[in-house]
Amino acid sequence: MADTRYTKDHEYIRIEGDTGIVGITSYAQEQLGDVVFVELPSVGKKVDQGAEAAVVESVKAASEIYAPVAGEVVAVNDALESAPGTVNEDPTGSGWFMKIKIADSSQLNGLMSEADYKAYLDTLS
Amino acid sequence: MLNRQGRPSQAGESGMNAIKTFTGNRALEQVEPLLFEIGRLETTGVDLDEPQAFTSRLGGLERQDGIGLPGLSEPETMRHFVRLSQKNYAIDTGIFPLGSCTMKHNPRLNEAMARLPGFADIHPLQPQSTVQGALDLIAQLKEWLKELTGMPDVDMTPKAGAHGELSGMMAIKAAIIAKGEAATRTVVLVPESAHGTNPATAALIGFTVKPVPARENGLVHIDDVKALLGPDIAAIMLTNPNTCGLFEKDIVAIADAVHEAGAFFYCDGANFNAIVGKVRPGDLGVDAMHINLHKTFSTPHGGGGPGAGPVVLSARLAAFAPLPLLEKTSDGFALCESEQNAEARGAHPYGRITAFQGQMGMFVRAFSYMLSHGADGMRQASEDAVLNANYIRAGLRDLMSQPFGDKPCMHEALFDDQWLKETGVTTLDFAKAMIDEGFHPMTMYFPLVVHGAMLIEPTESESKASLDLFIAALRDLAMAAKAGDTERCTQAPRLAPRRRLDETLAARKPVLKWVPPVPLSEAAE
Amino acid sequence: MRYLPHSDTERGDMLAAIGAGAIDDLFTGVPADKMLKGPVNLPRRKSELEVARILGGLAAKNVPASTVPFFVGAGAYKHHVPATVDHLIQRSEFLTSYTPYQPEIAQGTLQYLFEFQTQVATLTGMDVANASMYDGSTACGEAVLMAHRVTKRNKAILSGGLHPHYAEVVETLSHMANDRVTRLPADVKAAEDIIALIDSETSCVVVQTPDVFGNLRNLKAIADACHAKGALLIAVFTEVVSLGLVTPPGAMGADIVVGEGQSIGNALNFGGPYVGLFATKSQYVRQMPGRLCGETVDAEGRRGFVLTLSTREQHIRRDKATSNICTNSGLCSLAFTVHMTLLGSEGLSRLARINHAHAVKLADMLASVKGIEVLNQSFFNEFTVKLSKPAAPVVEALAAKKILAGVPVSRLLPGAGLDAHLILASTEVNTDEDRATLVAALKEVL
Repeated sequence: MADTRYTKDHEYIRIEGDTGIVGITSYAQEQLGDVVFVELPSVGKKVDQGAEAAVVESVKAASEIYAPVAGEVVAVNDALESAPGTVNEDPTGSGWFMKIKIADSSQLNGLMSEADYKAYLDTLS
Repeated sequence: MLNRQGRPSQAGESGMNAIKTFTGNRALEQVEPLLFEIGRLETTGVDLDEPQAFTSRLGGLERQDGIGLPGLSEPETMRHFVRLSQKNYAIDTGIFPLGSCTMKHNPRLNEAMARLPGFADIHPLQPQSTVQGALDLIAQLKEWLKELTGMPDVDMTPKAGAHGELSGMMAIKAAIIAKGEAATRTVVLVPESAHGTNPATAALIGFTVKPVPARENGLVHIDDVKALLGPDIAAIMLTNPNTCGLFEKDIVAIADAVHEAGAFFYCDGANFNAIVGKVRPGDLGVDAMHINLHKTFSTPHGGGGPGAGPVVLSARLAAFAPLPLLEKTSDGFALCESEQNAEARGAHPYGRITAFQGQMGMFVRAFSYMLSHGADGMRQASEDAVLNANYIRAGLRDLMSQPFGDKPCMHEALFDDQWLKETGVTTLDFAKAMIDEGFHPMTMYFPLVVHGAMLIEPTESESKASLDLFIAALRDLAMAAKAGDTERCTQAPRLAPRRRLDETLAARKPVLKWVPPVPLSEAAE
Repeated sequence: MRYLPHSDTERGDMLAAIGAGAIDDLFTGVPADKMLKGPVNLPRRKSELEVARILGGLAAKNVPASTVPFFVGAGAYKHHVPATVDHLIQRSEFLTSYTPYQPEIAQGTLQYLFEFQTQVATLTGMDVANASMYDGSTACGEAVLMAHRVTKRNKAILSGGLHPHYAEVVETLSHMANDRVTRLPADVKAAEDIIALIDSETSCVVVQTPDVFGNLRNLKAIADACHAKGALLIAVFTEVVSLGLVTPPGAMGADIVVGEGQSIGNALNFGGPYVGLFATKSQYVRQMPGRLCGETVDAEGRRGFVLTLSTREQHIRRDKATSNICTNSGLCSLAFTVHMTLLGSEGLSRLARINHAHAVKLADMLASVKGIEVLNQSFFNEFTVKLSKPAAPVVEALAAKKILAGVPVSRLLPGAGLDAHLILASTEVNTDEDRATLVAALKEVL
């Protein structure tokens, strides 16, 4: 069963073996509004934890997406180029941004669990 | 430091049946196609005689294909653009309460003066002996700007406010380079409430931007600035009065601290209209401040431009002003246009940010404004601008929430969307409802630090009657929203030439020019 | 004061409604010792009559282009602007409106911007154009920055035919941003070998055609050389009317095209306001600076226009924006659109032919004058001559005789050893009499 972790900036990382699928949460896409463009990193790019990995744009806003853990980008969701709205419709499924090969899985321990993230969201509203 | 506050950008549902006419016109409101849909390739509205035969000297680079742009006759052209104009709201239509934009009346005397052939029909590179009147005007305008701001010099070249910011920050960088500190002083401090041009400008010339927090009262506190100052800081960029419509009370202390730390103070002068003739930025310790002639000094906004953004400079920065420099000579005025000549006079211009010498057309208009108002009139204008904003604030404060408490504002009044909570109406909806009432909405969602911000700047041009109507209408709207009449807002605007537009579609599938359905040359056959 | 509606009674009433005793009570937060006690030391207010007298006096000290034989170009050009243009840009709803951030009540502005973008893209032979920049020189600077973003390199090569002011703007921006610039020496005869300098570190090559000396340049080989090394070609023009007769840069392989649009719709205005044109290929649209207007529909399905792709801009991206730009050249771009609408393809190409014909006539007349050598092989409506004496004093001497004979190259490039060179422009406004007067005066002085 895939384990998912969350960051305070509303990124999620769904762990599958030594790779993590990264995207933004439903809360984040709602804050942004209709997504019109996602600037994805190149495959092969190495990122540090917390480094800027992507930018997601709506009509009136733009938001940096930070890598939840350090690693190497092994895949990006090219389908988003012609259908950026997928991020709004299905942020945690087909609206994923990139897959990162995790360099140091201990970094996952510092991220929030699903329950912790839900509690965090409650503090925001 | 991105703007992360998104909001709905689709058109929504229309929910109303419009009255249908055969033409689609609605009396005075006319449907007007694109000029490419009504023009013809062979039509021209200008009479020109074909030249007599000559031998071309184009070096084989003559155009091979037709240009492909249709034309219209003069009557068709006039009608096309007049109909388009009738779909626009303007200052001449009614109150235009956009915070931070200073939409004051654009005097028509200014237009007449700018069109005098002696100003409009002269070339920037004519011999300087043939444009002494123009150079004299620029010199006099400089003196007025210096006197109003209490600063010793002005760079007249920037073509817009943001361009002025660029110039001021370049002068600061040049000063830092001259001190040999370019490698260490790499950071610029910018409040989170700042206009986006501030961090964009700093980043453009290679600085890193660090945010300065604002306190609960909407102001920057001297302690917070001191905590950030250090040998890596090149400058702070502050707007004063700030984007929340408040005068930064710690500004003198901040300026002193910044200078003591070896850094510079850039002031964004967008809100100068509140304090012209009442306070001088030079007395506050500012090193550079751009002045938006199209805001404070009434040059027309023209649907988005042209602007002009001269930058007043302190003694620390005056030497670095860019080319060209304007000087008084024994028998008139002269432009110093080369670095060698400038250096010979002890100046070290940081370079050049535009061709030629600045927005002469806007200089004439601004100078005409200044001469008309005089020192006494400009002081009165600032007082009326502040009076009008506070009058609006007083008229709405019992219904709409103020983010920093109920206290006097300067030339603009700021509300947030706390008061709309639970109503189902957002700041956006409220603004669109104002359109149906015949007003241009106020600035919305700026500054970013205030949730659902509504920034109202009436300017000194509004009469009491105009303000009373505006206040009454907003009160009516506010009460309707609170009482649950949400459709009036969420369906708005219902009476404008267009309903809400689908901005999502425009961004996802950009269509940025007209594409003929069928090649025009074939269609003409 | 005629622009301030309030009476003192009303001011009093309003202060009472606010609950303030005096206006200065509202200036809280201003340190008391910084509040000015009275008006600043400047003259008091003046009536329209007084202002008109003062400004009229200053205007009278200048020599307008229409009043003398006029041959000054080098970046701004004297053309006839139809009366309709100035009338339309003075309509209240255009003159006193704002940036179209509330599109429902700004369809007038938005539709003409869409038309303007279409005209510019079509004229330059490119996929997409923006809603205008401040002027040609700043558009050129922004184009270089854009090329750096696209290629992820930071070395620009500037042709020696690029207008010196434009080159200086690029140099200033580059110096401040720690980017590299190679600026070729003044290339009067369009003989430079710029291709030899392009390498794998080159971000862009900037070439002007017609160049500042008037030469027309074929960009095709340079474009190919750029693309082979992963660099972009930026084509520049200062005389947009040339596009009525000359192969557009898009057809020669340019990646970004920038230029000055002043010649269509806008007066000389002593250097500003002008209108910068900026066009590029669709694949680069998200890296483009400046405003963009796009087509869409409203809630009732009707076609409408909005500003779009705004996330490139400063109000959203802030320190990550493509540029810091906030304004375009609004009213000047409207003037361009109106004039271009009146011209149409037919009118523009005929206007361009007239301009070229006048320049050819002038060049032929000057070539037969002793002491004048016409240097250009090719030109549109502007060319460079070499005189037998320094050009600047010759221009001054002719100015004293009420003839404005062009721009001495030494004014733009002091110390380049081109003191005998003079750039002359000849547009549709020049008559046979103008040309004859100029030639006679030059014969006298040389």
